[in-house]
Amino acid sequence: MTEPVRRLHLPQKLRNLELFLLLIACFINASAVVLVQLGALGELDPTLVLLGAGLSALVIGLHIVLRFVARDADPFILPIATVLNGIGIAMIYRIDIADKQGGWESAAVRQTVWSALAIFSAIVVLLVIRNHRVLFRYTYIAGLVGVLLLFLPLVPGLGKEVSGARVWISFGNFGTFQPGEIAKIALAVFFAGYLVRNRDSLSMVGKKILGARFPRFRDLGPILVVWALSMSVIIFQRDLGTALLYFGLFLVMLYLATGRLSWVILGMGLFLGGALIASQTLNYVNGRFTNWLDALNPAVYDAKGGSFQLVQGLFGLAKGGLLGTGWGQGRPEITPVPQSDYIIASLGEELGLAGIFAILALYLLFVARGFRIGFAGQDDFGKLLAVGLAFVVALQCFIVIGGVTRVIPLTGLTTPFLAAGGSSLVANWIIAALLLRLSDTVRNQPRLVV
Amino acid sequence: MNRELKRVSIVVMLMFVALLSSTSVVQAFQADNLSADPRNTRTLYDSYQVERGAILVAGEPIAQSMPADDDYKFLRTYTNPELYAPITGYIPINGEPTGLEFALNAELTGNSNSQFFDKISALVTGQDPKGAAIEVTIDPVAQQAAWDALGDYTGSVVVTEPATGRILAMVSKPGFNPNLLTVHNNAEVTASYDALLADPNDPLINRAINSLNPPGSIFKLVVTTAALESGKYTTESTFPNPSVYTAPGTTSEIENSSGGTCGAGETVTLATALRLSCNIPFAELGLELGDTAIRETAEKFGFNSNYSIPMNVSESVYPRGLDDPQTAQSAFGQFDVQATPLQMAMVSGAIANGGVVMAPNLVQEILAPNLSALETFKPVELGRVMSEETAATITAMMINGVQDGAASNARIDGVDVAGKTGTAQNGSTDPFTLWFTGFAPANDPQYAITVLVENGGGMGQTGFGNLLAAPVAQEVLEAVLNK
Repeated sequence: MTEPVRRLHLPQKLRNLELFLLLIACFINASAVVLVQLGALGELDPTLVLLGAGLSALVIGLHIVLRFVARDADPFILPIATVLNGIGIAMIYRIDIADKQGGWESAAVRQTVWSALAIFSAIVVLLVIRNHRVLFRYTYIAGLVGVLLLFLPLVPGLGKEVSGARVWISFGNFGTFQPGEIAKIALAVFFAGYLVRNRDSLSMVGKKILGARFPRFRDLGPILVVWALSMSVIIFQRDLGTALLYFGLFLVMLYLATGRLSWVILGMGLFLGGALIASQTLNYVNGRFTNWLDALNPAVYDAKGGSFQLVQGLFGLAKGGLLGTGWGQGRPEITPVPQSDYIIASLGEELGLAGIFAILALYLLFVARGFRIGFAGQDDFGKLLAVGLAFVVALQCFIVIGGVTRVIPLTGLTTPFLAAGGSSLVANWIIAALLLRLSDTVRNQPRLVV
Repeated sequence: MNRELKRVSIVVMLMFVALLSSTSVVQAFQADNLSADPRNTRTLYDSYQVERGAILVAGEPIAQSMPADDDYKFLRTYTNPELYAPITGYIPINGEPTGLEFALNAELTGNSNSQFFDKISALVTGQDPKGAAIEVTIDPVAQQAAWDALGDYTGSVVVTEPATGRILAMVSKPGFNPNLLTVHNNAEVTASYDALLADPNDPLINRAINSLNPPGSIFKLVVTTAALESGKYTTESTFPNPSVYTAPGTTSEIENSSGGTCGAGETVTLATALRLSCNIPFAELGLELGDTAIRETAEKFGFNSNYSIPMNVSESVYPRGLDDPQTAQSAFGQFDVQATPLQMAMVSGAIANGGVVMAPNLVQEILAPNLSALETFKPVELGRVMSEETAATITAMMINGVQDGAASNARIDGVDVAGKTGTAQNGSTDPFTLWFTGFAPANDPQYAITVLVENGGGMGQTGFGNLLAAPVAQEVLEAVLNK
């Protein structure tokens, strides 16, 4: 006997819900920019409002594309990405005003242009990748691309060092790009494809010690390679956050694919061991730990590369309190890099704890939508990829916001969608596009019970 | 895979719970401490956004915020800046405020608890928030007289009202101009500050409350109190009267400041010893009393304690665990005994007040922007050090000291002045520290005064209390009594 195909949501209703939420998101973004102008300038300046309107048109364009090529896609992902992106631009604009920056050189305008580019990339991804299983074919190419992108900044003449970390490449006057951001997508694709292919040998065999089955020595290859990769990021690129991000991503996907906790234990041991050795031998890692544990100590605070930034960020958050100072009313510009690594502290200062909670809730919802695809998905590659991409966003939030609020040592990473930075925007919008594509595939598959 | 997925979801949940908790901790629970951190420039800038309250002497502002045409909105301006610097302190744009500007920052900026409802109502009515004004206890006549009388000496004059502990004058010299430190230009402020800091005479220190010196002979008032209160001594108790005395357990010799005996005779009375300010009888008395008895009396007067007026007063010290030679030395205010002028004003103030120590206080009233009093200060008793009888006895001895003794230069025609001078050594070659402490009129004390002249008053080891400090006191007392 067969049951009729059940569709819980009609595609038309999904897209209408998305449009409704998207309009709310655009309204929130426009209000944020207007409030920044009223709060910080005391007058209205139409330039950025026009740019924002252009951006709104573009996301609505993306919505229309979805109506044609991914009618069953998740209706929450696009509005969430839009509102985070818009709030980020408003805050960057607000800092520009404080720093008396304006015109095409200002960070807010650049961020807007990058946003347009990023949303456009998302449209391209949705149009080109009609079925996510195409990516499965390019597993190893994705892996190669990921590693190459990761180490591109080390190429002499191309790489550029910013505040100690060598994670940028420079295109002369055209700007800089952080290829590691794109690498995380390529690596997620590679990990998903590789693990789906090799999960059996990684999960079935091995000795049982204390109730957990530990892998054979010869199966340790992949984890050691990824570990070595992360460690070289720590040593050569001096970027603790990126290393943690990639290794965490790999470990979670490995666990999902094999279902064996021993991999997680092993991996965490390897990473903690490596980080411990790094903290003893590498000055910058050691400094990060000191700043974390003893931030308010005057000696640490005054030291070169000390906790000045961390503590100023805390002062900003404290100033915000529960409800914040309001857009344009705080002094986030006192904290170094208030528009990129520290944008969450800037938002906490002006929007308060309430604003931070709202932002965290948006991230959590975004990640939850990704996990939902994982739960409902039919093919393991798609499941792994969706969860991997969603997890990378969650982990990145945790590393940055946790660093700013002293849950973990501070490491430089961008806050997804919010922080100033073109490469990060492009990468996260592509992640959003891939999740949209995956969610569409999942809902499209009729659940036939035979 | 879904079982694993569920577990990873829980991990993600925990990660977000950690972030929700950490932001709550920083923004809700630690926020007050972080805002109070002196390195928090946000709080500093904010403090300029409200019109900071004025500091008033007899209703006239000595510190007020004038509208300014820059980021800070208001420029803090001091009237008669050098005269009142020890009271107002200053509030720089790039550092920590001092004086009342620091001690009552919350009230001046309108952030104290008592101003909470005013703040809310200002918010509702859309008025610009304003800080409270502070009316201080300073008497402008006394302050000006003290400033003029101290002349070019490095030192301090403190005048208090014995019955209430109100501080009527508080002068510290050399002075400085706080207006130089409030300009809205970091480089200028830093240059002025560095110059003041480099000045060997430390103009930035408020000597009245933060300069510790050996009190020398004026500490004999404390020892006399201890002796009379013990019940074992009267003014007529006698002590051996050699011209040189060596305390047991040491070879170092103690001499009277005259170099000879303390008046004629084999023995000398306590009254004569205090009147002529002789060291040897007091060394003998100190040894008989023991360091514990002296310390207990000193502590009743306020030694070894912290006070705020509401600025913090440095802790005057009578050390613990002294051996005999040290006890003998400390009985005439040497060895490691140290006192602020304000502490010594508390000593003579207590004697003048019939034996009860009053808490010293600089603030009369805190006034809301609508001039209603938010807080009015009432006199606070710190405790009784001696009986009224003892206080009367010591007063009589101090009157004799001025009439016919070592403090003769404080004499005023027609008014009984009670007083005691001190000339303290600071090592074998360093200039003396010169003191006077006393009160007038002796029969109805209105003013207690303590004069400190540091650095020998420019006379090295040749000046002495009666020569340099007593005339300053006399001039100030004349001015305030003739008011």
